[in-house]
Amino acid sequence: MRLVSEFKFFIVKCDLHKLEEGPPVQAVLTREEGLQYYRTMQIMRRMELKADQLYKQKIIRGFCHLYDGQEACAVGIEAGINLTDHLITAYRAHGYTLTRGGTVREIMAELTGRRGGIAKGKGGSMHMYAKNFYGGNGIVGAQVPLGAGVALACKYQGKNELCVCLYGDGAANQGQIFETYNMASLWKLPCIFICENNRYGMGTSVERAAASTDYYKRGDFIPGLRVDGMDILCVREATKFAADHCRSGKGPIIMELQTYRYHGHSMSDPGISYRTREEIQEVRSKSDPISMLKDRMLNNNMASVEELKEIDVEVRKEIEDAAQFATTDPEPPLEDLCNHIFHNEPPLEVRGTNPWVKLKSVS
Amino acid sequence: MDKIRNEQIRGTVKVEQFGDKAREARLRWFGRVLRRNRGYIGQRMLEMELPGRRRRGRPQRRFMDVVKVDMEMVGVKVEEAVDRARWRQMIHCDFQLLQVTVRDALNQAMDEELERDERVFLLGEEVAQYDGAYKVSRGLWKKYGDKRIIDTPISEMGFAGIAVGAAMAGLRPICEFMTFNFSMQAIDQVINSAAKTCYMSAGLQAVPIVFRGPNGASAGVAAQHSQCFAAWYGHCPGLKVVSPWNSEDARGLLKSAIRDDNPVVVLENELMYGVAFEVSEQGLSKDFTIPIGKAKVERPGNHVTLVSHSRMVGHCLDAAAVLAKEGIECEVINLRTIRPLDVETIEASVVKTNHLITVEGGWPQFGVGAEICARIMEGPAFNYLDAPVIRVTGVDIPMPYAKILEDNSTPQIKDIIFSVKKTLNM
Repeated sequence: MRLVSEFKFFIVKCDLHKLEEGPPVQAVLTREEGLQYYRTMQIMRRMELKADQLYKQKIIRGFCHLYDGQEACAVGIEAGINLTDHLITAYRAHGYTLTRGGTVREIMAELTGRRGGIAKGKGGSMHMYAKNFYGGNGIVGAQVPLGAGVALACKYQGKNELCVCLYGDGAANQGQIFETYNMASLWKLPCIFICENNRYGMGTSVERAAASTDYYKRGDFIPGLRVDGMDILCVREATKFAADHCRSGKGPIIMELQTYRYHGHSMSDPGISYRTREEIQEVRSKSDPISMLKDRMLNNNMASVEELKEIDVEVRKEIEDAAQFATTDPEPPLEDLCNHIFHNEPPLEVRGTNPWVKLKSVS
Repeated sequence: MDKIRNEQIRGTVKVEQFGDKAREARLRWFGRVLRRNRGYIGQRMLEMELPGRRRRGRPQRRFMDVVKVDMEMVGVKVEEAVDRARWRQMIHCDFQLLQVTVRDALNQAMDEELERDERVFLLGEEVAQYDGAYKVSRGLWKKYGDKRIIDTPISEMGFAGIAVGAAMAGLRPICEFMTFNFSMQAIDQVINSAAKTCYMSAGLQAVPIVFRGPNGASAGVAAQHSQCFAAWYGHCPGLKVVSPWNSEDARGLLKSAIRDDNPVVVLENELMYGVAFEVSEQGLSKDFTIPIGKAKVERPGNHVTLVSHSRMVGHCLDAAAVLAKEGIECEVINLRTIRPLDVETIEASVVKTNHLITVEGGWPQFGVGAEICARIMEGPAFNYLDAPVIRVTGVDIPMPYAKILEDNSTPQIKDIIFSVKKTLNM
């Protein structure tokens, strides 16, 4: 069977706000791209499910907000920008840590609080960082002004970079976001605001939290688009469109990605007290991002069943390997307790739990 | 429909569980039989085997089968029946004081105050239909509905301001912050709008509001979710700040806070929510309040004073139990209120013990312990100190995530014991 090297797909037209035209309604997917997206989304999916398992075994503790269901967003966005661009998101951040250059091993070891973690075990699930990736932020909405600030620096430094600034439907009601919209627009900051609307802010559905659930319009004077967040090609094309908008100096733009999370808000939320199992099942069977991509590629001879199966096997092994590392790597050394309080600072003394305990901190 | 738990009814009328009473009766009789002369027919009955075959199916339990289980439950052995007085004492089932978790205590306090005063209402994230992020407001929305229990969007500055405005206009809101870390988003409303208004209006405008929520370190929630705000809120005139430790504290202080005509910050603790404590009958009454501004001596002692608030009070009591075995008697004071600070109780204790240690979960600089040190130094108790006051505090760093680092970032019982021995020159 001969496999085609690329295919042109029709994608859903985006709803537009204060825009004359939107992203193209057709997207070209090459075989390499398809396989790469598939692999990355599978890694993300398997990684989150493994984290679920480890959390239930109490090897991961504290807060753990899983991303399964929303893979098309993270992978699609990254496909529309460059690694030299910047990105910031809230606490449902494992997927973005991966797309921004973190390895599965580092991410999992951070979740289990070991020294091999991407933040040396000191940050945990909500505080993972990488180059041009500013976390991982625990305070809802606070990352939005931060993202605009990164965009300000981009404009200031004139390197034609932009910042993708993500937040959820729950966070969309935070005041600081509107303050940010105003300043980003006034100063024409190269910032793509992306609202990942997964229909629920913890246990509160969008109707109960927002007077207007048209999140792509909430920026008022900022142009916006509403995108099918379960279709990776839609997300990619919309992101490319938005990136062009920013890079041409037109200022910020808002994208609303309509997506869905299979897990509850966090591992302590079963996720079924405010939504039905039927709803979750329906999304899983009709709109799963990975299945959609797989079907597209198989139906159009872009990949063979065996190829994809092989990728699955490799992914499974990679996750097992990472989990093994994450559970056997030792915890951070006690000497590291007080380090990294400051940057570029001579060593300082830190008070311990009582006046006789004097600890050392290096930058 | 009012829900009154069985334990509460039993507690009020001081009646034990029937099953426990029946067990005591069985064991009492058993002991009596054993103490009779040999050959007493009752004794022969204990070990008797009936002739013939047993029926099919599950074997019937005989008296001895049941008594064996009873003895295991109570923790006695057959040989101990010889000593009648001791046997009676060991098998006696005591009526148990009602055990209430801190979560339920807070829940009941809010329920009772909502019922008592129509102006009281609760607002916050997930407090209504989700039953509360930590289930503290479980059942309240079902009972009181949308008007009294309000789910807010994630807009702390906004809803805190709304709550303060409602208080100014005559209502008595309870504003819940999912954790006090998020109160930083709204702190301007708490301080500038709530705390200072009565003063700025020369008494014309009261703000009878309660801000409550979990404060301080939890388990594995990392830096942005683990800060203790006792020092920050305790710093501001116009605010009252309370920090309950056990269930009785939680009930009494929350009720007082709701009934108080001034802004009160109630600093709860997530790790304490699930802990159960005995609550006295008096503590369960609907009008039970604990005065704001009064500390409690949880454990009397002569050698050293340990002053603490919230979860650390439990640590102090544990440390005191360990030290008691070495003959060191610690007096443990539960502050209960951060502002106004009950200095008199601390001073009276220092006059007795001559040694003072403060224990808190928060950071040392400008903290609760630092304030206590200053106040003691400024007052009459200073002359009674045989050694400088010691502050046991959290380590001066943002809270790390990894377990081994987190465990070493907050005071452990061994830190308290170490400090006691240091101050007593041991």
